[in-house]
Amino acid sequence: MRKFLLPLIITVVTIVILSRLFYLQIIDDTYIKKSENNALKIVYEYPERGYIFDRNGKLLVANQPSYDIMVIPREVTNIDTLALCKLLDVTKEEFDSKLSKATIYSPRLPSIFLPQLSKAEYAAFQEKIRHFNGFYIQKRSLRDYQVNHGANIFGYIRQVNDLNIKSNPYYRPGDLIGIQGVEEQYEEVLRGSKGVKYIQRDRFNREIGSFKNGIYDTIALKGDDITLTIDSELQAYGELLMQNKRGGIVAIEPKSGEILALINAPTYDPGLLVGRERSKNYTKLYNDSLAKPLYNRVLSGEYSPGSPFKILTGLIGLQEGVINQHTTFSCSRGFYYGKGAWMGCHDSGNWNLHVATAKSCNTFFAQTYKRIIEKYKKPADGINAWNKHLQSFGLGQFLGYDLPEGRKGHIPDSDYYDRWYPNGAWKSTTTISNSIGQGEVIMTPMQLANVVAAVANKGYYYTPHIIKGIEHHKIDKKFVTKNQTTIDPKHFEPVIEGMNEVFKTGTGRSVAVEQLDMCGKTGTVENFTRINGKRYQLTDHSVFVAFAPKDDPKIAIAVFIENGYWGSRWAAPITSLMVQKYLLNEIVRKDLETRMLEGSLQSEYDKVLQLYKLAEKSKK
Amino acid sequence: MRSVSVQKNIDWLTVLLYFLLVIAGWFTIYSASLPAEPTSMFDLNQIYGRQLIFIILTFPIIILILSIDAKFYEKYALIFYIIGLLSIIGLFFFGKSVKGQTNWYSIAGFGIQPSEFVKTTTALLLAKYLSDNQGHLNTFKEQLVALTIIAIPTLLILKHDTGSAMLFASLIFVLYREGLPSWYLWTGFITVVLFIAALVVKPAIIIATIIIIASLHFYFNKSINRNPFIYIILAIFTSGFVFSVDYVYDNVLEPHQKDRINVLLGENVNLQAEGYNLNQSKIAIGSGNWTGTGFLEGTQTKGGFVPEQHTDYIFTTVGEEWGFAGASVVIVLFVFLFFRLIYLAENQKKRFNRVYGYCVVSFLFIHFAFNITMLIGLFPTIGVPLPFFSYGGSSLIAFTLLLFIFLKLDANKINEW
Repeated sequence: MRKFLLPLIITVVTIVILSRLFYLQIIDDTYIKKSENNALKIVYEYPERGYIFDRNGKLLVANQPSYDIMVIPREVTNIDTLALCKLLDVTKEEFDSKLSKATIYSPRLPSIFLPQLSKAEYAAFQEKIRHFNGFYIQKRSLRDYQVNHGANIFGYIRQVNDLNIKSNPYYRPGDLIGIQGVEEQYEEVLRGSKGVKYIQRDRFNREIGSFKNGIYDTIALKGDDITLTIDSELQAYGELLMQNKRGGIVAIEPKSGEILALINAPTYDPGLLVGRERSKNYTKLYNDSLAKPLYNRVLSGEYSPGSPFKILTGLIGLQEGVINQHTTFSCSRGFYYGKGAWMGCHDSGNWNLHVATAKSCNTFFAQTYKRIIEKYKKPADGINAWNKHLQSFGLGQFLGYDLPEGRKGHIPDSDYYDRWYPNGAWKSTTTISNSIGQGEVIMTPMQLANVVAAVANKGYYYTPHIIKGIEHHKIDKKFVTKNQTTIDPKHFEPVIEGMNEVFKTGTGRSVAVEQLDMCGKTGTVENFTRINGKRYQLTDHSVFVAFAPKDDPKIAIAVFIENGYWGSRWAAPITSLMVQKYLLNEIVRKDLETRMLEGSLQSEYDKVLQLYKLAEKSKK
Repeated sequence: MRSVSVQKNIDWLTVLLYFLLVIAGWFTIYSASLPAEPTSMFDLNQIYGRQLIFIILTFPIIILILSIDAKFYEKYALIFYIIGLLSIIGLFFFGKSVKGQTNWYSIAGFGIQPSEFVKTTTALLLAKYLSDNQGHLNTFKEQLVALTIIAIPTLLILKHDTGSAMLFASLIFVLYREGLPSWYLWTGFITVVLFIAALVVKPAIIIATIIIIASLHFYFNKSINRNPFIYIILAIFTSGFVFSVDYVYDNVLEPHQKDRINVLLGENVNLQAEGYNLNQSKIAIGSGNWTGTGFLEGTQTKGGFVPEQHTDYIFTTVGEEWGFAGASVVIVLFVFLFFRLIYLAENQKKRFNRVYGYCVVSFLFIHFAFNITMLIGLFPTIGVPLPFFSYGGSSLIAFTLLLFIFLKLDANKINEW
């Protein structure tokens, strides 16, 4: 037996060794990554980001060179720290904390020590860099905004965060990424692709040549330029008109779905979010919780549409055959739609659709809505039929435009009311506020503008989009595909006539322009806020929608002004001015322009703030 | 019968395995030590150039060994042994210090490490003693003499080089094969297991385990004569040992030895300091995958991340550049050699030959096992070369000597009866 001990031990040890090797080499693949960390230095070359042009070929966004000071912590040896601090204008404490932060990230990989030097700083540092081991300058390109408007359209650029890196392997710490707006939407097009060089290193971090003769190396590819559908002048003018107000403007070219202007107010100069002051400025914008300049109201703000929704009520009434253009309802400054339930109105008389639209008669559209719902045996079927028509206008759903922000809005259906009023305890009159765009109907300004475009087109719309062209690429097919609504084209005639009447004898007559044949509709939207569970009524929002010219619509527009009293007070003049600017290239109604530019709603917004403060106090 | 030539009787299979390993070793050293600007294979300024010289130098040595009369080795075993010991004692006076270890002589620019050769001389004397004695190691005197032959060089080397000294423990396999009572082996085995266990597990748990095992043994082995006192003494003795491990660990082991044990256990390891070697070694081997990066293409090898890569850590280059496939081939070559040598040893008619052959296998195997398990994190770091593979004239020539003396003895067996 004694002769078997050694062979046995040899066999056991061999099996143990082979299993361990199998584990290290085949099963556990972390060592491959670690070996790359050890031996490969990856040098990135950052390409220039694609330029952004407006629809007329005007350059909006270009690039400027920027220089980051990089540090490789473990190579920092024997440097005159004080001289460096003085040169870079940082304190010793800042220096130490930056260096230790970089060391924690990785002692052997480069970290950004000081981002985005000014040209003067760069010039000063470049000469002296050789005195400071472990520091070097990395060139990158930063955005250079040629205009000071359109911040909400462009979005901004920032360094990637951990989440970006985790979710997309392209990004490495220190890379830049587009956030919001077209910078985010067209990130992959705009960013190009960075060049990579793999350099083999030895254990002293000395470079000993390219890895495998450079077969894995790539060169940087410049990002592709994009052209937006935005009319830069219109955009700038809109932002100017919206100063000291909150809200938004969306202008669309109905024939193509191209977004001509997308104004968000308040806004900010896109240049604020570039350079060394970026994070300070960003924090300021981010912390403005009342004006919310970073919040894209035109895309993400959900409001009751108010009276412009009557256009849709009328169209659905015609399509469902419950009214025709001669149908009249009598109104005596309102009507009872149930026992003790009164809906007020502005005027009294017998109106047909044409006049009711011009006068924005609540009674007419409430009665029409009632007929639509009651056409069906069950109110559930009625509301679902109504819902289906509205869906065909892109309401209650994401429109599918090419911007990364937005909300669905809301169009209620029978399920919704069943939840609120179980056992069918609801009918047309329960939901009567829907008829005039209050109630449970919620839309974004963008959706509202799209409805106007569909009306201008008499029944169809193209998915609104902001991209006109991409270098080397085609734009998404869905932007050139017609979306047909469920409303027959012939039914649009009386509604459009009514909208035209608005400017002649109706609620929009004060902003009419002789040279322009406009169609529009005012809106005054009740709104409330809840503070500590208590409901407060705030000053109404001012809304106006329009398209022009009537016979060959070139622009459809929706204007939404928060707490702007009523439709014709702020939204209507702004709409009129925007249309003048776009179609006439000059402002005919200088009186309106002066009033709009000088007017401010700041006192209204202060009231809201005051309300919050009071509520806060009473709580204490 | 002297006319029967060595060429005809030498075990060519072993010779073939030997050359395969030496050549594979040289190519690996070439890859591990190639400078950025490749030079001639014979460039003496380069590690691979010198290793090639050493390999060429083994040819006359092999011829010399094979030409000398086989009885020569047995006859003068004691003299070799004494020369061996003197060469180690001489280190105290003439030795050259490299990295804190004084185990080199520097002669004409080449370092000679006498401890490598002492393995051969010790094996020869041990074989001679057992062969002359013809006992079965069952008397205390025999055991004492045999263990003393091993202990003297071990203790002398221990002063300079703990790792090399530990290798002599492998001769316990030889003694066991020749009749040493098995409790020696068990004692050694249990000591090692307890030592490791005491470092990893709480003493209370180990003692509880010991008591349970002792009780079960006492209860189930009714047929043997059980003296409860022996059980109690054994239990107390082992418990005492367990408690003394901490003391040994804290007071006897040197800081770098403690580090090596900690690294293995993965406790508070700084990968830039004491944990660096093992970590880099595992990275290099682990990045090999199935077939490796290819000859001369290993990034870790080229970048020199693994320290001592051409000597003790040479196998990491095999792992990285040839992957699991290449590493397995090398391991299989070694294991094949071991089994062949055991087979040859068992077939010797003379006890001297058999014992010596067993010594050769034991030494080769313990080097192989310590070296490779050290690289893959299964054994503490001790500086042990991989036979025939690692760079170094002393080690290559000493292993060649060790092996070919046995091949000469083996080739000569036909002449003996």
